[in-house]
Amino acid sequence: MCLSIPAKILSVDGTTAKASVGGAVVNTSLHLVDDVKPGDYVLIHTGFALQKISEAEALETIRLIRELEAGT
Amino acid sequence: MKYIDEFRDNALVRALSEAIRRKSKQNIRLMEVCGGHTMAIRKYGIQQLLPDTIELLSGPGCPVCVTDRTAIDRSISLAGLPEVIITTYGDLMRVPGTASSLDQEKASGADVRIVYSTLDALEIAKLNKQKKVVFLGIGFETTTPSSAVAILEAHRQKVSNFYLLSMHKLMPPAMAALIDQGVCINGYIGPGHVTAIAGADMYKTLVENYRISIVISGFEPVDLLQSIYMLVSMAEEQRFGTEIQYRRAVTKTGNIKANEMVDSVFEPADDSWRGLGMIPRSGLKIRNTYRQYDAALQFDIPVLPSYEPAGCMCGEVLRGMKKPAQCGLFGKVCTPVNPIGACMVSGEGACQAYYNYR
Repeated sequence: MCLSIPAKILSVDGTTAKASVGGAVVNTSLHLVDDVKPGDYVLIHTGFALQKISEAEALETIRLIRELEAGT
Repeated sequence: MKYIDEFRDNALVRALSEAIRRKSKQNIRLMEVCGGHTMAIRKYGIQQLLPDTIELLSGPGCPVCVTDRTAIDRSISLAGLPEVIITTYGDLMRVPGTASSLDQEKASGADVRIVYSTLDALEIAKLNKQKKVVFLGIGFETTTPSSAVAILEAHRQKVSNFYLLSMHKLMPPAMAALIDQGVCINGYIGPGHVTAIAGADMYKTLVENYRISIVISGFEPVDLLQSIYMLVSMAEEQRFGTEIQYRRAVTKTGNIKANEMVDSVFEPADDSWRGLGMIPRSGLKIRNTYRQYDAALQFDIPVLPSYEPAGCMCGEVLRGMKKPAQCGLFGKVCTPVNPIGACMVSGEGACQAYYNYR
């Protein structure tokens, strides 16, 4: 039930936004997040953007695993 | 899809699986407490990628499954009131109550509507002023903010025919109760989206009191394996504490704005969980300020005695005491098409996950 999916913000209109989920466009509420702009990635859950996704942290996670791989 | 494909990368999965094999010496048991993790672990065959030293257990991570039958029966009773429109997430429709389900009530003529968002429920209230529209508020920390927004918006827009029946629950008290009840585990694969909202700091007391390891995990195979690697490392190095694997979405403080909204609308209350019983301050009730929206107070809900179906081991499964296949009903009389217990109904219940990915 806590399923949330990554979506790319396409446009913002007040407290709602249009977002792309793998190409499908959905409406999402922005009541729970501040400073969201087109191009940002957010997690969507039950029609609400829950949290912005950090690209830097995503890359860092992958880098740490590659380091582990390289260390073998 | 960005943020999904790279976390399903075959080479990374293999590298992590091998790293875990090298690292793991002692036998450990890890429990996941999120239905999304239950499903992902079964779907991707994560257990099969691990050495025999690591046992994965499913815990009380499915909100539909842990909602006790009395609460389900109250929702069904509300659906029977002629002036009421029930709005709910689809997950609850087929959950069996003692004598009926929301699905059956709808088939018998009750006005029960599935909504995608709490704000859709609020729209239904605005379009049906002569009716009383009740939203069934179910879910953990991830889902509660959407309920809080609905009440705050109902208040702001002066929608007087909107109500919420709060069955919302908090995860850390249940994680503590499991250990108190004798479940032997070395660490928790921590719930990613619950913690994206609530923040990893919410486990501080739990970790200090029980000296346990928690790694907050994402939902893709690379995420889960990296989290297991981190938990194995903590066990081998005899460390405990909270660590975050799902760093692209989770911080120590979480979503402060969402938490403030939740705090303004809800307060902790004792609550009853299927399988775990009454856990102090593990549920959320609507604060007095917003009592006019509280369906528990504003309706005289007829309550009949509730009881669990004979032979169903959902309670033991939710505590990690039994694997689904150890239940006599599993896969024989209890299947996703004809579910007896809540753990088989829900798409993220342990029984359905084990059944679908046998």
